[in-house]
Amino acid sequence: MEDIALLTVAATLRGLKNREFSSVELSQALLNCIDAKDGQLQAYLKVDADYILKQAATADQRRAAGDDAPLLGLPIALKDVINVKGEGCSCASRMMEGYRSPFDATVAAKLRAAGVVFAGRTNMDEFAMGSSTESSAFQVTRNPHNLECVPGGSSGGSAAAVAGGEAIAALGTDTGGSIRQPASFCGCVGLKPSYGRVSRHGVAAYASSLDQVGPLTKSVEDAAILLRELAGYDPNDGTTLDIAVPDYASQLTGNMQGVRIGLPREYFIEGSDPEVTAAVLSAVEACRAAGAEIVDLSLPHTEYAIAVYYILANAEASANLARFDGVRYGHQTAAPGSVYDLYANSRAEGFGAEVKRRIILGTYVLSSGYYDAYYGKAQRARTLIREDYTRAFESCDVMMTPVAPTAAYKIGAATQDLLKIYLGDVFTVPASLAGICGISLPCGSTTDGLPIGLQVLGPAFGESRILSVAHAYEKIRDGR
Amino acid sequence: MGLNIDVAYVAELARIALTAEETKLFQAQLESIVGYVNKISTLNLEGVQPTMHGQVSTNFFREDVVRPSLSRSQALANAPMRTESEFKLPKIVEDS
Repeated sequence: MEDIALLTVAATLRGLKNREFSSVELSQALLNCIDAKDGQLQAYLKVDADYILKQAATADQRRAAGDDAPLLGLPIALKDVINVKGEGCSCASRMMEGYRSPFDATVAAKLRAAGVVFAGRTNMDEFAMGSSTESSAFQVTRNPHNLECVPGGSSGGSAAAVAGGEAIAALGTDTGGSIRQPASFCGCVGLKPSYGRVSRHGVAAYASSLDQVGPLTKSVEDAAILLRELAGYDPNDGTTLDIAVPDYASQLTGNMQGVRIGLPREYFIEGSDPEVTAAVLSAVEACRAAGAEIVDLSLPHTEYAIAVYYILANAEASANLARFDGVRYGHQTAAPGSVYDLYANSRAEGFGAEVKRRIILGTYVLSSGYYDAYYGKAQRARTLIREDYTRAFESCDVMMTPVAPTAAYKIGAATQDLLKIYLGDVFTVPASLAGICGISLPCGSTTDGLPIGLQVLGPAFGESRILSVAHAYEKIRDGR
Repeated sequence: MGLNIDVAYVAELARIALTAEETKLFQAQLESIVGYVNKISTLNLEGVQPTMHGQVSTNFFREDVVRPSLSRSQALANAPMRTESEFKLPKIVEDS
């Protein structure tokens, strides 16, 4: 068996199918890698070897009995925000310590049906609120390319596990960039599907008008393979659309000829690290040389996206996290005297600072007298941002942009300046607000050796298109 | 717009007990963030419809039929205070 660090989903599935190795052998090798590396990386919150090996043995028995489920025996790590029946789901919060899920999230049920082995729970920013995984209540995950740097966030554990050779693939969630940005920081592939493509049922909610689940992988093909199993209509999530799910992997043509690539000028700005801008522009140039047509365009409302996002996301968070009341599940304060104390003290003790801050900001923008000025206006400004993209996609097939203005930064460096962290989401948040799809894939590295990500954006339900273009670029990049 | 955010009052609305230090810290941080997000007030939004969701879609309806759900014991299993059949709360109505 190849080193886990190099093993893609595609290669794993071939190896399992051709009986080159069993799921138990594979899972044991994976556990050995985690044992060797995770003391440093701290990507996982929980790895239950017995549970993993038991699932792997079941998968091997199923294969021996002739079962040919598409992902049979493939271990996938899950961000600790996705419910799996009988397992914990801490959301990296003290609030959810000790919780045992009574049900499978729809994505977990789909992966289970496809034969996946659930391979450990990855660290994240608490309740997915953050961009560096530093707001986890439990541990600081490190960037596999430089242990002094953050892995990005909020799906930082998933990205670090995949890029660090501790997972074959992982699931994350993306509200304003939480899959794409850590993929960029860690040097792996991260796909945020269009809003409505993948069910969120059973995934702890942050901002329901934005949240999406998606894969973090080592190749674009892997992302295509996994998206096929994750996507589709779910009666338990009324925002999913009943649109056919294609076999994305079979549509990866590798063809760059005639592809119209839009370059939104608002994404190539002074404030970005020049190395990041240069790497992205050099990727674009490689695509042009391979036959793509470059289209300069403008998304004029981009500068309002962060403001709109932090109003809407936090308003929705304040409503979603009202469910943590210390009554039905989650942390409960000792000996509460009144119901008010039960709520206020349980929440004070259970939530960390970033979560409290966002709930309070969200409550403020929704409170009497401020609703219209903030929430109402932000919803209308969101329309302008969405319409920018609709117009722009009339003249291009995909857009290429940086994922973040910088590569990974030092642990602790940004925690003092909140606004600076929030502004780091400037290139990922607009696509979330517009509900479109985007993929992040490596396109170079800084002189310090930190990965730089390229973002390929496509229109809503344009996953086939961005996967195909990203795959074509990947081939150019790797000289294949 | 003036930025006199009454953090203690908003935290009470949000049902989060804050320490004096947290109140002070959040005061400064929230004023800085709200000061920034105020930039949307410069946009001309007249006649612009709000976007509620990432995808423009109408309501979905389904038949109102009983489907399998969690059993009572499953639903209660994570509750910190419970009886055999109910969630337990501190007393809400005072004795007269």
